[in-house]
Amino acid sequence: MPRQVTYKVGIENFEKYRKEVEGAVQEITVEVHELDAEPWPVDTPLRHVGHDIPRLDAPAKVTGAAKYTYDINTAGMTYCGFVTSPHAHAIIKKVDASKAESMKGVLGVKTFEGNRATYPGYIAAGVCAESPGILDDALQAIQVDYEVKPGPCTTEDAMKPGAETVDMRGESNVRGGRPMQRGKIDEAFGSADVKVAGEYRTAVQTHSCLEPHGSVVQVNPDGGATVWASTQATSGFARGAFLRGLGVQRNRVRVLTEHMGGGFGSKFGPGSWDAIAAEFAAKTKRPVKMLLSRRMEHLLGGNRPDSIQKLELAGTKDGSFLGIRGETWGTAGNGGRGAGATNTMVYNWPARAMRQNGVNTFSMWGRAFRAPRHPQGSFAMEAIIERYAHEIGMDPLAVRMKNDPHPIRQVQWRIGADRIDWKKNRRKVPGSDKGVVKRGLGCAAARWSQAGRHMSRGGPYTVDIAIDREGNVTVANCVQDIGTGIRTVMAILAAEELGTDPSLINVEVGDSRLKPGPGSGGSTTSPTIGPAVRTACVVAKDSLKALLALEWNVDESKIEWTDGDFVDPAGKRATFPQACSLIGDDGLRVSGQRQRNWTSPYRETAGCQFAQVSVDTETGVITVEKVVAVHDCGRVVDALTARNQVNGGVIQGISYALYEEKQLDRNLGDMVNPTFDTYRIMGMADCPEIDAVMTSVVSGFNNAGMMGLGEPATVPTAAAVANAVFNAIGVEVPELPMTPARVLTALEGKQG
Amino acid sequence: MSDDSPRDDKPSGLTRRALFKGAGAAAAAGAVFRSIEAGAKESDTVPANVQGPGTVPVELDVNGAKKKLEIEPRQTLLEVLRLPLDLTGAKPVCDRGTCGACTVWLDEKPVYACTVLGVEAAGRKVTTVEGLGTPEAMSSIQKTFVAEDALQCGFCTPGMVMSAAWAVKKHGKDLTEDQARAACAGNLCRCGTYPHVLKAALACARKGS
Ligand code: FES
Ligand code: FES
Repeated sequence: MPRQVTYKVGIENFEKYRKEVEGAVQEITVEVHELDAEPWPVDTPLRHVGHDIPRLDAPAKVTGAAKYTYDINTAGMTYCGFVTSPHAHAIIKKVDASKAESMKGVLGVKTFEGNRATYPGYIAAGVCAESPGILDDALQAIQVDYEVKPGPCTTEDAMKPGAETVDMRGESNVRGGRPMQRGKIDEAFGSADVKVAGEYRTAVQTHSCLEPHGSVVQVNPDGGATVWASTQATSGFARGAFLRGLGVQRNRVRVLTEHMGGGFGSKFGPGSWDAIAAEFAAKTKRPVKMLLSRRMEHLLGGNRPDSIQKLELAGTKDGSFLGIRGETWGTAGNGGRGAGATNTMVYNWPARAMRQNGVNTFSMWGRAFRAPRHPQGSFAMEAIIERYAHEIGMDPLAVRMKNDPHPIRQVQWRIGADRIDWKKNRRKVPGSDKGVVKRGLGCAAARWSQAGRHMSRGGPYTVDIAIDREGNVTVANCVQDIGTGIRTVMAILAAEELGTDPSLINVEVGDSRLKPGPGSGGSTTSPTIGPAVRTACVVAKDSLKALLALEWNVDESKIEWTDGDFVDPAGKRATFPQACSLIGDDGLRVSGQRQRNWTSPYRETAGCQFAQVSVDTETGVITVEKVVAVHDCGRVVDALTARNQVNGGVIQGISYALYEEKQLDRNLGDMVNPTFDTYRIMGMADCPEIDAVMTSVVSGFNNAGMMGLGEPATVPTAAAVANAVFNAIGVEVPELPMTPARVLTALEGKQG
Repeated sequence: MSDDSPRDDKPSGLTRRALFKGAGAAAAAGAVFRSIEAGAKESDTVPANVQGPGTVPVELDVNGAKKKLEIEPRQTLLEVLRLPLDLTGAKPVCDRGTCGACTVWLDEKPVYACTVLGVEAAGRKVTTVEGLGTPEAMSSIQKTFVAEDALQCGFCTPGMVMSAAWAVKKHGKDLTEDQARAACAGNLCRCGTYPHVLKAALACARKGS
């Protein structure tokens, strides 16, 4: 029977600030499934959850013992690589691979003559060879003739009337978005005291995962296949053209992702490259290793689409928002996902009207990139808010707080403002510093709305627990640890529930044969699997109670779990190891299912960031000196890895704000900077002091109160940095990345 | 680059790319090892120390063990470590000396293993991340990396460990934040672990080992 439980949810640290905000702690009533764990209310003292716990796989990773897909060296390995088109748009007329085919050690060549290559990096030929050296030689020996066609590759060129279209039946490259409207937008603008308009642009950012996309594919003698894949979705990887290329029944394919070198949204399904590797594996009956080159990774591995955003804000002269409207354009290449820009949901807008358009261009698809559409949307929206605050002469933080409906973010704004010393360090008059180097502060908000899910079309998400009579515990689910620390989160929750230590828990993940778990996207992994770990532990403890009941000859419902021990009313007591000693040699194996989410007053996670920058007005160089990032991920399970992940979001955000830009050859459409020396990502030398602060918020969505963290941590960074630049120099730089040239252009405009 | 950057003196005057692209036809005929003299013409007789294109025997000293190998002269130290030796700690990421994921020590100094030829490492002391410690017996820097959570996906981590370990070794207890930053400035991390790496390097130095 489900039971009603009334308990306190909300923020459980920062006592001083939470008292100031109404709704920061609230009481809710939920219906708890009979097998589910009792929710932990706010301020529950917990032994492991919420503490700083080193990640379980760290020893393997810091010693080089961790094997990534790229590191798999099995006997008889062969190597697969590609010849790719350098053109935005071309017909692959002829591929002469005769020389390569006749080379000793070349095991297979596949060509794509006649194909229409609609992006640079399009595969014209694939080769499988016995060694990386032979592979290199063979690739060099292949000659490809292209018939080059026009291929507009920038958003603006592709939008021009008469531009060559990607979709051959299409009349235009613009895929108009559906207009979205809430509230009375014309009225809002009609009655506004103040209106501000602006146009903002952001560049294409590539995911730049350090481990490229790829896989090692092996067709086994028994007719099955083993695949090591660098993927964020182990369970869904064997599909489509890849599966067809493999020629193996889906249920005979095992996909393994024990460790994975970065995905950030770009590594879900298999690519055309994996499909070709699979064909070679089927043909040669030998393992095939295929990892994209760095150039291919930049070109094909995914990107965050660019944006052109036209926005207008209407408000009162005392700082209340009335409405926001606008239109955005962006390209996800041939038609991938994620073009568009949004983050307006953060604030209370009585009226909103937005239209987000995708534009097809002759480049590889965009892919989901850490909070798709949000960093670019945040940048433009927060910039226009900044100008509005300036116009009405109000503190931009006060304006934000006035229009922010989220009680948790109300707490966070206060924490962040104190930690960056907003009152003292913000320039009351933007650009008022004397001298060449000018400083300023900016801030911006984050939101995300993920509390995980209880199932997918693959069935209910289920965590397995195996306990042996020595008390060893294994927790398992097919979910993959992509560096976000789900392994450790699972161990911490199991240790908390079973009264043992996280370091003693064995966690198995990254194997498609294990029970259903989610792909790692949308910041859903932890809040999906974490609560299921607790549920599974409850089931395991019930089984142990049954064993004890036999032993003690009492009714099992009378046995309680208190303080890490099993006790019965007569005062009999058994520790967890003592109870485990009753397990048979075959071990105890149970599972727990993720239960449905409850409804919570905290619909979304909240976050905000503050940046302090200095700008050299002679060189245009921006230095980010400090960032304070205050975030909520529901209840914090591992404070150490959570702060690390927030740091990472901030660092990617600054890198996006200042450095990253996929640059295209205007005529050929090829990427001219597909290397790490020409496509800059932030390094240690540029990294500012980052104060990552976690507000632990019992969300009320599930038994652990968890929500997601990875994505919101990168949403507001670029906006906060841009606003700090405005505060420092008194003029906005309306385009990302804010390169020295763009800063100097903005400053010139100010003088002129 | 500051004085604290470990890579300001290159292990040899040649980079792999300069070697192959610049040497043109000579390179096509086989790899030339430290032998291109200024003004030498391609048609000149092949110098005696030309190696390749087939494999050549080398003896490498890796993590204290002598390894006799047959390698192609064009293979980088990174390739040799990862393939015949199966030491996969050092990672191939940019393959052109910009990211540091392949960092190992050559004669106790950090180098990008992708910019050193395998044959160049012959007779010199190579130390990889596997040589610093194992999961059961970690070195001090590795333990601090674990304790400070100086990693996420971990793909840059072996390289980061080698750079940070070198900084601690060089400066000992007095390691400053700037020195630690400079030592790791050539190691890119997409996950953004820099703040925790800095903390780990400094904490390790303070512990004095
Ligand atoms: S792989 Fe050697 S420096 Fe990047
Ligand atoms: S930890 Fe992922 S690249 Fe550094």
